[in-house]
Amino acid sequence: MSFDLFIPFIPEIFLAVASFVVLVAGITMGRRGTRGVSLLAAASLVITAVLVWVFARPSGAVQPILGGMLVLDNFSVFFKFLVLAASAMTLFLSAGYLDRLKYGGGEFPSLILTATLGMFIMASAANLASLYVGLELMALSVYVLVGFCKLEIRSNEGAIKYFVLGAMSSGILLYGISLVYGSLGTLDLAAIRAGLSSAPQSNLVLLLGIVLMAFGMLFKVAAVPFHVWTPDAYEGAPTPVTAFISVGPKAAAFAIFLRVFAVAFRPEFDAWRNVIWAAAAMTMILGNVAAIRQDNVKRMLAYSSIAHAGYALLGIVAGSDAGISAVLMYMLVYTFMNIGAFGMVILLESRGYAGETISDWAGLSHRSPAAAGIMLFFMLALAGIPPTGGFMAKLYVFSAAVNAGYVGLVVIAVLMSAVSLYYYFRLVVEMYLRDGAEAEGGAEMIRDSWAWGVVVLCTVVILAIGVFPQPVFQWAKGGIAAIGLM
Amino acid sequence: METQYAYLLNIICYLPLAGAVMLLFINKENVKAIKTLATTVAAIDFIVSLPLWFLYKPEGAEFQFVTKVDWIPSIGVQYFFGVDGFSVLLILLTTLLGLISIYSSFTAITNREKEYYVFLLLLQVGMLGVFCSLDFVLFYVFWEVMLVPMYFLIGVWGGPQKLYAAIKFFLYTLVGSVLMLVGILALYFYNSTGLEAIGLHGLGNAATFAVPSLYAIAPQIPASLQFWIFLAFFVGFAIKVPMFPFHTWLPDAHVQAPTAGSVILAGVLLKMGTYGFIRFSLPLLPDATVKAAGWIGVMAIIAIIYGALVAMAQKDMKKLVAYSSVSHMGFVMLGMFALNQAGLRGSILQMLNHGVSTGALFLLVGIVYERRHNRMIAEYGGIAKIMPVYATFFLIITLSSIGLPTLNGFVGEFFILIGAFAHKWWWALFAASGIVLGAAYMLWMYQRVFFGELNNPKNKELKDLNLREQWTIIPLIIMAFWIGLYPKPFFRIMEPTVNRLIHRIEVAVPDFQPEQQIAVSSAAQHEEEPGHAEAEAEE
Repeated sequence: MSFDLFIPFIPEIFLAVASFVVLVAGITMGRRGTRGVSLLAAASLVITAVLVWVFARPSGAVQPILGGMLVLDNFSVFFKFLVLAASAMTLFLSAGYLDRLKYGGGEFPSLILTATLGMFIMASAANLASLYVGLELMALSVYVLVGFCKLEIRSNEGAIKYFVLGAMSSGILLYGISLVYGSLGTLDLAAIRAGLSSAPQSNLVLLLGIVLMAFGMLFKVAAVPFHVWTPDAYEGAPTPVTAFISVGPKAAAFAIFLRVFAVAFRPEFDAWRNVIWAAAAMTMILGNVAAIRQDNVKRMLAYSSIAHAGYALLGIVAGSDAGISAVLMYMLVYTFMNIGAFGMVILLESRGYAGETISDWAGLSHRSPAAAGIMLFFMLALAGIPPTGGFMAKLYVFSAAVNAGYVGLVVIAVLMSAVSLYYYFRLVVEMYLRDGAEAEGGAEMIRDSWAWGVVVLCTVVILAIGVFPQPVFQWAKGGIAAIGLM
Repeated sequence: METQYAYLLNIICYLPLAGAVMLLFINKENVKAIKTLATTVAAIDFIVSLPLWFLYKPEGAEFQFVTKVDWIPSIGVQYFFGVDGFSVLLILLTTLLGLISIYSSFTAITNREKEYYVFLLLLQVGMLGVFCSLDFVLFYVFWEVMLVPMYFLIGVWGGPQKLYAAIKFFLYTLVGSVLMLVGILALYFYNSTGLEAIGLHGLGNAATFAVPSLYAIAPQIPASLQFWIFLAFFVGFAIKVPMFPFHTWLPDAHVQAPTAGSVILAGVLLKMGTYGFIRFSLPLLPDATVKAAGWIGVMAIIAIIYGALVAMAQKDMKKLVAYSSVSHMGFVMLGMFALNQAGLRGSILQMLNHGVSTGALFLLVGIVYERRHNRMIAEYGGIAKIMPVYATFFLIITLSSIGLPTLNGFVGEFFILIGAFAHKWWWALFAASGIVLGAAYMLWMYQRVFFGELNNPKNKELKDLNLREQWTIIPLIIMAFWIGLYPKPFFRIMEPTVNRLIHRIEVAVPDFQPEQQIAVSSAAQHEEEPGHAEAEAEE
């Protein structure tokens, strides 16, 4: 084995080292050094980004890593940048938050880095074994993060639920993997695709394996009916962690979903697409309808993120190139708008761990018009109203699905996005339409320049994508131009 | 396509946006500056839009003042602005009513003025963008953008039921427009790669959302696909118009909205639905249009009569005007789906008329409401004695609304009736009965409010219109007389557009025979002698 095998792997190696360094730095700097450690972690993410950029060949040619366990291609680079952005923004959102709740230190940033490493491996996985390793590394880090506020009962509850159900879903996924391995004799995704396309199979063991894997993946993207952990985990987790798990791990889960299903299992498309179709429809309907009744903003956004997974699943159901790149674009836009919305929730949490009900937003437009305006913008983006990136992302996904002939599913999707406006606008009603006494009693905004910076960045990105979406369309298309294994 | 003076449309559309951004930088306590700036911007916008009237060449290219640049080349979306004879008129109406609605709000709105004028200007951007856009995605963007400021105008400055009315307005329109989006996508893919998975082969053209390019393929769209797309568009536009039975959001929204909101809502927003039909449904889906015309005509007649009957039963003046809108928009739809020259001309003119008359009615009702905070007809009576100017203005607008000759409503309704008669004689019969009912409920309201004894002591102190209030109404009265006495310039602008539209349907649907030959010649004769025609129509 020559050293060359490791060269494209350097970003991952760097991340692993950085996570240890950050952990140690946290210990030496003590509880008061949260901002310094977070900055260090963010800096290492920036360096990782540079490394990814350096080792990804501009041509986008596919490079195997570690003898084909992983690949470096445009697709993985797209998701790696996305994950880096999500992680970095989480760090900036969390520093002040952790200080306020007295949970500062090096563990949090370090766990973010290990989760990022897990997501890197997921994005690059070319083998079901490495895919599973990456998934578990990410998941274990995230379980700890959800329960990070160890003295908060809700944080513990969320972590336990997430862990138990997450472990079970990993088991289901693993069982599916073993059945697929048993019937095809390989874990390598390229070999699976080649084997399936040369000799299409319809044996029951393989189909069961594929379906079980689909269930495992649907759990990871929080699709109905595998979503029950989501509201509790999202509500219980520290809000920066909620922001993080609603975007980073979800995007990484979509990366493996796409690579396994839309690429490796593509020859068996007819066998599994109905499963995904049904999951997408149920996810959109249940996610949006359940969100209407939530009075807790984090819980409402949890259901909203379930619904958004449903929209993104449309791209997988479409199965076409346009569908896959639509998922990429959707994840990109979704990441920024969701982090932005959660960033606003963090900035309003003036009463510690328990200030996140809808009525906290009452009269915000009187007290801080800018904050209310930004939150309005994110709500419009999440509902898919132009001129926001949310509209462009939906337009792309819906058009891919219509093109593939799933008009019925798109009709469900558009009607549900109309429903979603209702609950997003419950916040808007509180912020803008409350007068007099009703407008009193809401929460105040926090002064936290780092978190503000993240929120403003997200606003600018979503607005820019809404008005000039062409570069992102182009980038998402490029993300699948040379997808490894195809 | 004519690209000369293309910058005009862009200035008209984005000037209010610039104004809204400038407003953000003014201190919210400085109400005077906010009002001045908002009015100035709207006034400049109106002045800038006036050259369209003179520079638009009816005999020239179909679309003029065209701006066309790539916006999202990946999926074939263009930034494509341009107008034809029909949208020019609506743009002018929008800039005029935009100015009036801002000018009329000075005393009506006393809280959160800054936000109010920002939203009014943003609304203006959305509406103008809708009428300028010739690319489906661009059109859709403006179409939805406009919902947000309207939501706030109703929700923040509206009446007691404002929350309910605002979200109902938003959700109704949104449901319609998202379904329309699916129709747009189906059309888009039929033109390009098709929907192979369900066995629908595309035409293989370059992917585009440009409406003029899609006009060209209209005859090739199979009838079954046309039906589904028509249905998707129909839901979107019919809710906006609103057509019976999709009208239930309208009374809520109108009654709860502040005066300026109602003016814009009635004057311009409703026209966006009828605009959508003429711009998209008719020329793009001619086969489905011809097949659906009978049904839509019946729905329009139901709207005319039902709207009028419900209006007659109203005790609240604003609600009465709101239901009269349902009735009047029924006329617009009826004329349109008569699918002949007279009907379409009348339909387009009636859109302007409705904007002028109903806009003015809402302003007038708003003026007394501001004084008395009461809109119940029973609260008033005999106020002609103490508010003579107000009574005069109200009378002129009432007569314009019920279609008295020499005023605008007559010309539009007359042409619509000719068109409807030529299409199916009983359409005109029922529609004419709607005119009678319209005269009944309007005059009855006028009588109860203005004549009789001045019994209610609260009304004794009512002040007549001040100068500013007069000036919000006078332009609309001028418009009413202008269209009523000399509508020829309006017809001159819209005529080539109407002829093109009919020609498109004729080409696309072989067994379609419009009745425009008879209709137009009879129209030409009767134009000279309106009194005679009125009698005929009333019969």
